[in-house]
Amino acid sequence: MGLDLCHTNRFAALDLSAPNNNRNSVLLRVAEVNPTDIENPEYFHKVVDCQYACPAHTPVPEYIRLIAAQRYTDAYMINWRSNVFPGILGRTCDRPCEPACRRVRVEEEPVAICRLKRVAADNKGAIEDRLPDIPTQKNGKRIALIGAGPASLTVARDLAPLGYIIDIFDNQFAGGGMMRSQIPAFRLPIKVLDEEVSYILQRGVNATFDVEVDSLKSVLDKNYDAVFVGTGAPRGKGLNLPGLEDAMDNVHLGIDWLSSVAFEHTESIGKRVLVLGGGNTAMDCCRTSKRLGGEDVRVVVRSPFEDMKASPWEKEDAMHEGIPIYNNHVPKEFVVEDGKLVGMHFEKVEAQYDEDGKRSLVPTGEDLVFMEADDVLMAIGQENAFPWIERDLGIEFDKWDMPVINEVTFQSTNEKVFFGGDAAFGPENIITAVAHGHQAAVSIDLFCNGEDVTQRPAPGVTLSSQKMGVHEWSYDNAIETDQRYVVPLAPLEESLSDRKMEVELGFDPATGYKEAERCLNCDVQTVFEETRCIECDACVDICPTDCITFTENGEEEELRTRLAAPAGNLAQDLYVSETLPTKRVMVKDENVCLHCGLCAERCPTTAWDMQKFLYNVTQAGQPV
Amino acid sequence: MSYQLPKFRHPDLPVNDLGYTKADYEGAISTLCAGCGHDSISGAIVRSCHELSIEPHKIAKLSGIGCSSKSPTYFLGQSHGFNSVHGRMPSVVTGAALANRDLLYLGVSGDGDTASIGMGQFAHAVRRNLNMVYIVMNNGCYGLTKGQDSATADEGSASKKGDPSLWGAIDLCATALQMGATFVARSFSGDKEQLVPLIKAAISHRGFALLDVVSPCVTFNNNPESTKSYEFVREHAEATGTVDFVPLRKEITTDYKPGTAQEVTMHDGSSLHLYKVDESLNPFDRRSALNTIEDHREAGSILTGLIYIDEDSRDLHDLMETSQRPLNELDESDLCPGNKMLQNINASLR
Repeated sequence: MGLDLCHTNRFAALDLSAPNNNRNSVLLRVAEVNPTDIENPEYFHKVVDCQYACPAHTPVPEYIRLIAAQRYTDAYMINWRSNVFPGILGRTCDRPCEPACRRVRVEEEPVAICRLKRVAADNKGAIEDRLPDIPTQKNGKRIALIGAGPASLTVARDLAPLGYIIDIFDNQFAGGGMMRSQIPAFRLPIKVLDEEVSYILQRGVNATFDVEVDSLKSVLDKNYDAVFVGTGAPRGKGLNLPGLEDAMDNVHLGIDWLSSVAFEHTESIGKRVLVLGGGNTAMDCCRTSKRLGGEDVRVVVRSPFEDMKASPWEKEDAMHEGIPIYNNHVPKEFVVEDGKLVGMHFEKVEAQYDEDGKRSLVPTGEDLVFMEADDVLMAIGQENAFPWIERDLGIEFDKWDMPVINEVTFQSTNEKVFFGGDAAFGPENIITAVAHGHQAAVSIDLFCNGEDVTQRPAPGVTLSSQKMGVHEWSYDNAIETDQRYVVPLAPLEESLSDRKMEVELGFDPATGYKEAERCLNCDVQTVFEETRCIECDACVDICPTDCITFTENGEEEELRTRLAAPAGNLAQDLYVSETLPTKRVMVKDENVCLHCGLCAERCPTTAWDMQKFLYNVTQAGQPV
Repeated sequence: MSYQLPKFRHPDLPVNDLGYTKADYEGAISTLCAGCGHDSISGAIVRSCHELSIEPHKIAKLSGIGCSSKSPTYFLGQSHGFNSVHGRMPSVVTGAALANRDLLYLGVSGDGDTASIGMGQFAHAVRRNLNMVYIVMNNGCYGLTKGQDSATADEGSASKKGDPSLWGAIDLCATALQMGATFVARSFSGDKEQLVPLIKAAISHRGFALLDVVSPCVTFNNNPESTKSYEFVREHAEATGTVDFVPLRKEITTDYKPGTAQEVTMHDGSSLHLYKVDESLNPFDRRSALNTIEDHREAGSILTGLIYIDEDSRDLHDLMETSQRPLNELDESDLCPGNKMLQNINASLR
């Protein structure tokens, strides 16, 4: 039945005189929001906030459901495919996914995504038979990987099954890079590291350890088809303060000292230790000191506590071990008596912010603060260093002496040389290095096949209905209100006496299940088909978080103001339908959708359906 | 599988003058069929009560029997409720209103509960101008017993499994006008923009306020042959005009062309702004209201909007000169004023 509404009910009354309807702007018809194109994979990808925030775009809700189903090995393999190091990352990841978790928009704490990943790793069965086969017949292309950290290992993992001949060179005695040298064993047991590194290195990869590559030219001269540089950001920054020269014996660079501990060259430290810096390396330094004989260990940082770079949980862990953090203290000099370091002077400052929010640390004018110290660890940052790359190889370097790298292809200006991880754009984290590795592997594979590296493969996307019957979905759509579960820790005394004893014990399977049930399944999308809609309002009435509105279209900014609940989070998209028979559109604010499926349950015509959106970043060698 | 309402709500829900969000006016999750018009009316009631900042404990919701009468469970979960006998809700409201005149009485009924078994009760409640809001969730069929035609089914209209109705429909608005109703309006569950202001107006009205809301039964009576389907109602509804409800103490910030709106001051001091579309209707004149209903019936269209309002309505309490204080607040000294008072009364009769 064709509906001509011009003569009917309230629409006839929609003249300019009708106030209180916010319709003036509609009459102007400035610029209406275009109907949402859900065929564009990035639309629903963005709704899966955790996955979208993850540099490697791991399908988080998918593996969390598998954990809830006790299918730990399956959950592990989803992770392994995407982020290569589930056991390692389940303990050490910077977790960009967690602040993004939709849960923080309806309650206090995100799902403990990172620690759930560890549940999968801790409880999985044997996985060897699930790993990709490595062809014995190689494809004839030779790739050199310099550095055996997370970026290089990812490239090796992606390319080895395609038949590439892969040679890895590293200056440490075993693979893992900074995961081995800088992350203390009490956070990452060596067994876990060895296991996940071995899944790569023991499967068709030629690794040469304890070798310092001091010339890229010499590598290129060996006629590799491509070279990948994954050498990290290996140089710790120092502070050249008065007294340093005399105090040198007791002043150490944080990352160097951590690796010296990891490789068992250093086994003790003085009783009084000052750690300078506010990042995660500083936290690792102070906690390691506490285990190596440090009694009075302090972290001293220039910035206010809130501005420290360390992850909040790492600060908590340090303070839990009785390590005080002194903020707003700027180091001024090393105090040396009788040729030996006895402490440091600090200037007290306070943070002041100008109109643009730019911070400056202004001295308070108080007397300098003296703190005693037997040893000082400097963990104030690290940087890249490429003294081993000759500057006549066609690799352009910028004014900061960093190689010029394409942000999508990771190719340098020498088409054969690719960079990734911290070596590409400066210090980041493991998961970013993994993401770089995948993309660099795609580029190398394209390059070696003579294809254009800028033609990136599209992601693998599926969208499938979860409906199994009336009120029945193939995912657990009940919304649990449980608060975030706390990961149990080993007794403090025991863990402080053993540098290699893991502090976090991880969730047991029962707690893991409960934590997994907190996930809102944001990958199960609300898909709207306007041709079926009879505009009965059932979805509007049932939606617990007032996401859905049927209204006249309009300019987005204005449209957002007249939805059922304010749609103030501009980072979250509006899902807008085609125009419906009543000349209105369906507008759904994705911001706080709980993915509970009630809109679909209450829809009499199945205009709404709950469909699982699975998004996989396409990796090297997979069909485009 | 789960069929439960999550506890989380939108973090930025607007709060009303009492500091409550809409969620504070919600009830249990509905067990009616998916897409039932009744759920939309429940949603409109929730919105209206929230926006009017009515304290939930100052509302009593009463109903009879039927799908419609189940619905009070699904709204105003913190208000008083009484699910009474089939068709007898008006009697229960009468008793409750006499005992406590301070509550807002929200009666919810259906076309069967009102136009068949409860017709006598309905007529007398209207006639007495009982101070209540009487919402009929009108779907033209008996949904709870598999969709037989009800007394409001239009002649010739057929439900999904039925034959065309042989009889003309009882028009509840016309009936109420005949019985002396002081507020009569009709709306459609699928049009909250119209329904919400009408509910608010009905709540502010002193006396019997009838809201006949066409509310499609998606399971039994939403087929093309039915005159109570979403599609038919959308196509055939003709509004008397639009209504804006302006609560007391709220500054009128929107502007409108002078002369296009008529302002009606309600008993509680709030006001209605009527924007008339239908020039033939004078909503202050009963005869005009009845004629307009009849005109639309003849033309085959459904008249919606505010049809009739008596601004000077005197409700049951006014007419009976009952105590200004609710009976349930009168204590022994009020009710047994003592010998001296008795002597005075006796003296006055000598």
